[in-house]
Amino acid sequence: MRVALFLTCVNDTLYPDTGRAAVKLLTRLGVDVDFPMAQTCCGQAHYNTGYRHEAEPLARHFSDVFGEYEAIVTPSGSCGAMVRELYPRMGERARAEGRGDTLAATLAPVVPKTYELTEFLVDVLGVTDVGAYYPHTVTYHPTCHGLRGLGLGERPRRLLRAVKGLELVELPGADECCGFGGTFALKNSDVSAAMGADKVRNAESTGAEVLCAADNSCLMHIGGTMARLRTGMRPVHIAEILASTEEEPAV
Amino acid sequence: MSGTYLGMPAFPEAAREAVGNATLRGNLRHATHTIRAKRATAVSEVSDWAELREAGKRIKDHTLRHLDRYLVQLEEAVTAAGGVVHWAADAAEANEIVTQLVKMTGESEVVKVKSMATQEIGLNEALEAEGIHAYETDLAELIVQLGKDRPSHILVPAIHRNRGEIRDIFAREMSEWGRPAPEGLTDTPAELAEAARLHLREKFLRAKVGISGANFMVAETGTLVVVESEGNGRMCLTLPETLISVVGIEKIVPAWQDLEVFLQTLPRSSTAERMNPYTSTWTGTTDEDGPQNFHLVLLDNGRTDTLADEVGRQALRCIRCSACLNVCPVYERAGGHAYGSVYPGPIGAILSPQLRGTGSEIDASLPYASSLCGACYEVCPVAIDIPEVLVHLRERVVQGGEVTREGNKVVLRPAKGHAAERAAMRAARWAFTHPGVLRGGQRAASRTRRFHPRTLPGPGRAWSGTRELPPVPAEPFRDWWQRTRGGKDGDR
Ligand code: SF4
Repeated sequence: MRVALFLTCVNDTLYPDTGRAAVKLLTRLGVDVDFPMAQTCCGQAHYNTGYRHEAEPLARHFSDVFGEYEAIVTPSGSCGAMVRELYPRMGERARAEGRGDTLAATLAPVVPKTYELTEFLVDVLGVTDVGAYYPHTVTYHPTCHGLRGLGLGERPRRLLRAVKGLELVELPGADECCGFGGTFALKNSDVSAAMGADKVRNAESTGAEVLCAADNSCLMHIGGTMARLRTGMRPVHIAEILASTEEEPAV
Repeated sequence: MSGTYLGMPAFPEAAREAVGNATLRGNLRHATHTIRAKRATAVSEVSDWAELREAGKRIKDHTLRHLDRYLVQLEEAVTAAGGVVHWAADAAEANEIVTQLVKMTGESEVVKVKSMATQEIGLNEALEAEGIHAYETDLAELIVQLGKDRPSHILVPAIHRNRGEIRDIFAREMSEWGRPAPEGLTDTPAELAEAARLHLREKFLRAKVGISGANFMVAETGTLVVVESEGNGRMCLTLPETLISVVGIEKIVPAWQDLEVFLQTLPRSSTAERMNPYTSTWTGTTDEDGPQNFHLVLLDNGRTDTLADEVGRQALRCIRCSACLNVCPVYERAGGHAYGSVYPGPIGAILSPQLRGTGSEIDASLPYASSLCGACYEVCPVAIDIPEVLVHLRERVVQGGEVTREGNKVVLRPAKGHAAERAAMRAARWAFTHPGVLRGGQRAASRTRRFHPRTLPGPGRAWSGTRELPPVPAEPFRDWWQRTRGGKDGDR
């Protein structure tokens, strides 16, 4: 199976380790991974801040780059939700504005074949034990768009439970937003910081060494707060845990 | 809408104080988390919740689509039952109608059962200006009124107060308004409730005019419905000689049978009760039983304009259960006052900028008072996609566009203060549609990584004030990929 990795602009620029981990993991599971070099950004930040018309060319660009692939896999719940939930809506809005079906038709092909990484592993590859080894105590934060947008449900936890050496501890208030919310963190920084601090305190109370999530944007916010509050906990993307093996353990 | 809240600062500023107020945050956290857990249990008991939610959504959508027809039907039914219907286009008109109605009775006091519509239009202040005292009789409203405070929650307007604070308000203020609080009042719930009961009873027995809102209006029978927990509403609705109900036009349902859906979803969503203790229904007047004069004031105040907006109109489905407030992490930290309206929380963030427009600072900031986490949509018993409407309104704020105001199509200009953001978004869009530009930027960032500050200037300062920034990696992923082709022919 040949899939395209949609890494997202944030991961590409700031978290290349997540990308390398995703490649390593998928390759280990027998997937032929390609990284289309022309990929950029799904347009989520534009769309969610109210710049839908600026997001449209990005969505079209996404479709141009990824349209030919059998499946598109992304290690980001929120960018996955952007494609799956909001691209169809962008098409509908264009239609409602009297601009015809062109946008909807352009975007339609990529919508059903875009998968968030854990979803792809469990639903498409049908694996929960990916042969990983990660001897640490981990707590899992289900990010909002993964949880409510894509409905990832128990998939990430099932994958984590199957990891050798990993002890999974429940995060109190897991379903509550960490307070990142893209430009929300800038526009409403006081509320955002208060939400982040509560999330970190809940994480700390578990005694876990690592807080894991399937979205680096939320992890950037949570990790930044952890560092500032000097908790000693580390934020780690789930791809890096699942890619870790006894031969090549993640640090 | 009400003059009470005009001149509010933008949401982030209004929220800052609340975020820093430990007592307030404690009160809110405790109250919302308790009710949140209870609601989840009450909802999980109903096996067909998803269908009820869908049915509620459909009934409301159907009604809104044919609102004109159902309102006329309602007017006919109310009139036939001996009531009088008044139409109010805006707050001023509604206040004028009610003031005149009260004056005609010759009374200078009215009792009120909690009604958001009358708060929305600032009725109490309008009556006061004409020398008419309005007494709130809902327990929480009473606390707010005695405390010279503003409501901060749809259902529990005094949610921001704890028991100690309430005791102090009662002891200090009750005597000014009527029967004083008993000597040596403590902060036990039973004593506080008893003090309120005695204070209110005196007013119920004296009042000749009652003013109410309604949760629902049934078009086919002309019946109004109030759903409540305390029984004070029922006293307000039955004891006075004259009853004036002020109700938003969107509160209508076509038929009696439609109540079946909402009388299940509303109590479970709002108070986590299987059924609320008091459901009062009234239809016109009945000889020698209850009020002998009944007036219904149908309030528009921005609702038909809202109805004209394809995406935003779903806000009018709201049944004011307040479930969205109780799950909202932003409401929990910012408190209800920061929303600058009687409608706080997620629903307030989409309703106020539609009813009032996005002209003021506070209204232009409300669509951004959310992290778009989606918890509000998930709990809403009429499936209002609040995040969708928020994003839609953000678009209106930054881009302007066509809206309906007082029945006329007008083109809004973008709100002020977004020029830099717009330029940044454009630049980012340009870079993102030219992958080579993106790559150049990444490389430049990597090459200069040692010089990147860990705190940011300008709008980014807010971020780095409370959080550490991630370091810029030595090599962006795409360079690694090109160098190694995913590890296939590279150095791994
Ligand atoms: S928007 Fe939905 S959840 Fe919020 S108060 Fe209205 S009906 Fe309840």
